[in-house]
Amino acid sequence: MKMKKNASSIIFSIIKYVSLILASIVSLAPVVVCVLTSFKTNEEYASTTVLEFPESFGYFENFKIAMEKANMLRCFGNTALVLIVVLTVSVFTGSMLAYVINRFTFPGRGMIENLFLFASLLPGIAMQVTIYQIMYSLGLINHLYGYMIVLMGTDIISIYIFLQFFENLPVSLDESAIMDGCTYFGVFFKILFPLLKPAIMTSLVLKGVSVYNEYYSSNLYLQLPELKTISTALYTFTGPYGNQYNYICAGVLITIIPILVFFLVFQKQVYSGMANGAVKG
Amino acid sequence: MEKKSFKKWIGTRKVQRRLVIFTFMLVPLLLLLLFTYIPFVEMIRFSFYNMKYIGERTFVGLKNYAEVFERKEIFGSLFNSLYYMAGGVVQLALALFFATMMVFKVKGESVFKGAMFFPYLICGIAVGFIFKFFYARGAVLDTILQGLGMNLDNIPLWLQDQSINNISLAATSVWRYTGQNVILFLGAMMSVDTDLYEAASLDGANRWQQFRYIILPSIKSIIVLNIILCVSGCLSAFEPPYVITNGTMGTGTYFVIMNRIAHENQKVGTASAMAIVLLVLIIICTIGQKLFFKYAFDDGTSDESKAAVRKRKKAEAQRKAMEKKGGAA
Repeated sequence: MKMKKNASSIIFSIIKYVSLILASIVSLAPVVVCVLTSFKTNEEYASTTVLEFPESFGYFENFKIAMEKANMLRCFGNTALVLIVVLTVSVFTGSMLAYVINRFTFPGRGMIENLFLFASLLPGIAMQVTIYQIMYSLGLINHLYGYMIVLMGTDIISIYIFLQFFENLPVSLDESAIMDGCTYFGVFFKILFPLLKPAIMTSLVLKGVSVYNEYYSSNLYLQLPELKTISTALYTFTGPYGNQYNYICAGVLITIIPILVFFLVFQKQVYSGMANGAVKG
Repeated sequence: MEKKSFKKWIGTRKVQRRLVIFTFMLVPLLLLLLFTYIPFVEMIRFSFYNMKYIGERTFVGLKNYAEVFERKEIFGSLFNSLYYMAGGVVQLALALFFATMMVFKVKGESVFKGAMFFPYLICGIAVGFIFKFFYARGAVLDTILQGLGMNLDNIPLWLQDQSINNISLAATSVWRYTGQNVILFLGAMMSVDTDLYEAASLDGANRWQQFRYIILPSIKSIIVLNIILCVSGCLSAFEPPYVITNGTMGTGTYFVIMNRIAHENQKVGTASAMAIVLLVLIIICTIGQKLFFKYAFDDGTSDESKAAVRKRKKAEAQRKAMEKKGGAA
């Protein structure tokens, strides 16, 4: 009896590890092949198959060319600027809105909550048909600040994260601060905001990843080459380098490396951010 | 004197309350209005016009809607969603499997987790290039298959062959999102007390029983939620064809076609009508599914709160019984 149980648990272990290893390989293979290809010279790229290793991992010419041709330094700058502004603003707007909705009752509160709920149902791409029109009439196209405003405008997930978090912050905190003569503004900025740290972390992680990777609006609203963000900079490779995948892969890796580093450093926060963000539906 | 009274006035709780409500909500509401509700109302209005972004517009009544249903390339493109739906089912099943595997003790769990999750973090355009390269003639996938002994002549053109290209594209989204689903499921599974698994296995429950009676109930609501998201997500599938094939060779999903009609052909009226039609479809599907799960299985997404209510009632009943007992003694 005991033998049988051991045998079945060994089989289970084998299935477990084999399937997990296979899944990891499948997940990483397309990226790893890109890494191999990005270190190949033009001749090597033409003469070797894609699965062969490059002669040396010290050949950085492709990365240099990709950086220069796509003007990636400039694009990184743009993305960084957009990230800083959008994340800062959306942390404040999201937490402030959640504070008001969670802590006060006033006419129209339920309706406002429902407005945000319904907004999350509307598919983003569909809305862009008319958002483009609005951006055009406001003269916001081809300005970095215009793009930033668009990204701030579609921020429902972080509001939900903050709302959830406020649910668990006891109202007695507010009350005692008010007894001590704190204003409502003071309650929010001095007492509650510092306590929001985990929620801020979550929303920064989720929003940060989505802003860094955003390309649709960037493509639509930032058409001047010097305004491109890092995601759309990659588009530059479509035309002239059609099949020179050693350049393209280098470009792809340049955009992936920052997010990889970020992921390795903030792994825990990314996972918990995912789990918290999922509850919004 | 006047300044002081203003200061007093502003200092009263009531005024302060209004001020805080107003100022804190101003910006988010303005943004919500500007980027959600004004465009939404405009979209409804535009759908009755024949118009471009600039220039004159003529009222055409329901003609745009008729066009949406009559032109085969438009309404027919919804059938491409079926590929993504099938992909979605595969993705949920795989995610459930891997999450279950990882709930039992695994060495190097964080490595597996990280490897599977990482594709989710890659930018859509980069994913596009990675898979253009992956599927290109004689490139990654072809080389692997040749290595397994297949002849290049028997391998289809993954992105051009119309009998298979939609599957190739749907597979990229399975690749990208399975890991994220694993993390979600795993998070829900871990919220169960891990002692429960050990207790169960000590009691002689086998793996299947543990899955069926401990794991599955704990993630029921998140699975239902994901099925609902999956259907609306598949109807509005956009990214893989947009970044990989640009919707050519029969891979255009509804939104890719809509995007082209709106921004390349500038037929804003038709595109708006398309958006409205799909929105109505999505809302019908979402409500339909919610009702289905609620009444067919009585375990919709409100699952937890129902359980909580039951628990509370039970606790109340117990307390009452205790009180009675206490009174009697």
